[in-house]
Amino acid sequence: MNAKTADKLATGIIVFFAVLIVAILAGLLGIILFRGIAHIDWHFLTSPSQNMKAGGGIGPQLFNSLFLLVLTMIITIPIGLGGGIYMAEYAREGKVTAFIRLVVEVLSSFPSIVVGLFGLLLFVNTFDLGYSLLSGAIALAIFNLPLMVRITEQSFRAVPREQKEAGLALGLSKWKIITSILLPVALPSLITGTILAAGRVFGEAAALLFTSGMTTPPLDFTDWNPLHPRSPINPLRPAETLAVHIWKLNSEGVVPDAKQVAAGASAVLVIMVLLFNLVARWFGRFVYRKITASKRME
Amino acid sequence: MENTKPASRGFARHRREDLIGKTYTYLCVLMLIVVIVSIVYFVASKGLATFTKDGVSLAEFLFGRSWNPTGDTPSFGALPFIAGSFVVSMLAALIAGPLSICAALFMTEIVPGKGKRILQPAIELLSGIPSVVYGFIGLTVLIPFISSLTGGTSVGYGVGAGALVLSIMILPTITSIAADALTSLPRGMREASYALGATRWQTIYRVVLPTLAPSLWTGIILGIARAFGEALAVQMVIGNAPFLPTSLVQSASTLTSVITLNMSNTVTGTVQNNVLWSMALMLLFMTFVFIIAVRLLQRRNKL
Repeated sequence: MNAKTADKLATGIIVFFAVLIVAILAGLLGIILFRGIAHIDWHFLTSPSQNMKAGGGIGPQLFNSLFLLVLTMIITIPIGLGGGIYMAEYAREGKVTAFIRLVVEVLSSFPSIVVGLFGLLLFVNTFDLGYSLLSGAIALAIFNLPLMVRITEQSFRAVPREQKEAGLALGLSKWKIITSILLPVALPSLITGTILAAGRVFGEAAALLFTSGMTTPPLDFTDWNPLHPRSPINPLRPAETLAVHIWKLNSEGVVPDAKQVAAGASAVLVIMVLLFNLVARWFGRFVYRKITASKRME
Repeated sequence: MENTKPASRGFARHRREDLIGKTYTYLCVLMLIVVIVSIVYFVASKGLATFTKDGVSLAEFLFGRSWNPTGDTPSFGALPFIAGSFVVSMLAALIAGPLSICAALFMTEIVPGKGKRILQPAIELLSGIPSVVYGFIGLTVLIPFISSLTGGTSVGYGVGAGALVLSIMILPTITSIAADALTSLPRGMREASYALGATRWQTIYRVVLPTLAPSLWTGIILGIARAFGEALAVQMVIGNAPFLPTSLVQSASTLTSVITLNMSNTVTGTVQNNVLWSMALMLLFMTFVFIIAVRLLQRRNKL
């Protein structure tokens, strides 16, 4: 075979595989949305799930997923931000920094189920938090921390040197420079990254099976006292999230319409993740325009 | 004297601010280290109890083929699960590896610019789909399809279905690493090859791929690592029978699927429970192996 034919053949194969990937994605989204959307209505999104009979909704699960996301981000953002700022601004190249970098890398490659098991052992059993939103949020925060650190480090490193030097020339302290000069500039990409990370949290299930549990007590949406056991915002109650619910429906499948509910819930989950993606991009650009007065994000 | 006063007060504020910043960021980093040390310590202490306290031999755990933890003479051979994990993740990488590298080549070599604008969002969306949704699609679409392919002789569950589902899940990991590597390649290398009269494929095959081989392998190993640790999607399609996988369409198990299914059915402290922690320890151990492999590859990076 001469070189020209080989070139054409190889190009053809590469293009074929690229098209195949797009087709797989289109097919997946098509199947998920087509089968799921028919099942989604207001009743499905707001009513509680059924254990035995058909017609259950996903209301509490949807609420749990969103509330757990908020709790997780409350824990993740401050710690991840601090870790990332350390890596970008304080760390000096050397053995210690290399070690911390290794820690972040290892932490980000731990299987999520192992993080969940660690949560079960330490928070659920040893600290006696039980299967609860709090245990789940801590486990998810651990799972999400390395990503947050990396996002923060990259956002801070992307700030032009001159901005920092201008601050140094004015005689500001390092911390003042970080909070008043670097943070605002890094904010757009920080926000984009954080929302994308939040999308990942939203779909996670393996780390939650043994931390936030697979059940939800009957919730009373008129009771907003966080200390009451039936209050939706009590952080010490067990909470089955949307992703966990999909898993449970498929592996236990006691309700007769398990497949339809799972299809509807999958569609809701995927739509939420798509929304996170779109909002992340749009909001990052919006903030960037607000604080820099330039039209385009670099 | 009067002139120095405001200055020294300024310095005091300066120092106080820096102290706050340092304390805060150092505490955060310390937290990361505490987390990782405690994960390893707690999982290891539980996982090793199987061998130290319950007297199960390490050889039985690693090489035993019989898994019957609740029998009269209980046996704890985890080889079927260890093999299952390795087989599905290797197969997944075998499918996803070439596909991902083609996708990365498409984005950077064949249609740079436009190809990236189409394929990049597609890849990001694929990585955003939650693993339970992949499992659900596998369960309701792939399994009946595989079953019909075998003419109904098999239900469809097995390492084949597991590997297919995982291959889609690790595709974004490998593609984005490969694409990053390809864009980092200096233009001069490609141009030198074209100037010698090489075709595009010759350039890719003889210059681009060999130069980037360490990075591409890094992507593939990280993909395998992700597949190895994935729990729910695999558990939903693999069938969960405790046997060594001998056929693509025969029900099998992985380490993660066994942990998922049995952790809440066993009592804390019993040997049946501890042996699950040993499997979790095995997952941790493999994570370290994968990271060491990646580090070794990066050292060989020719760029």
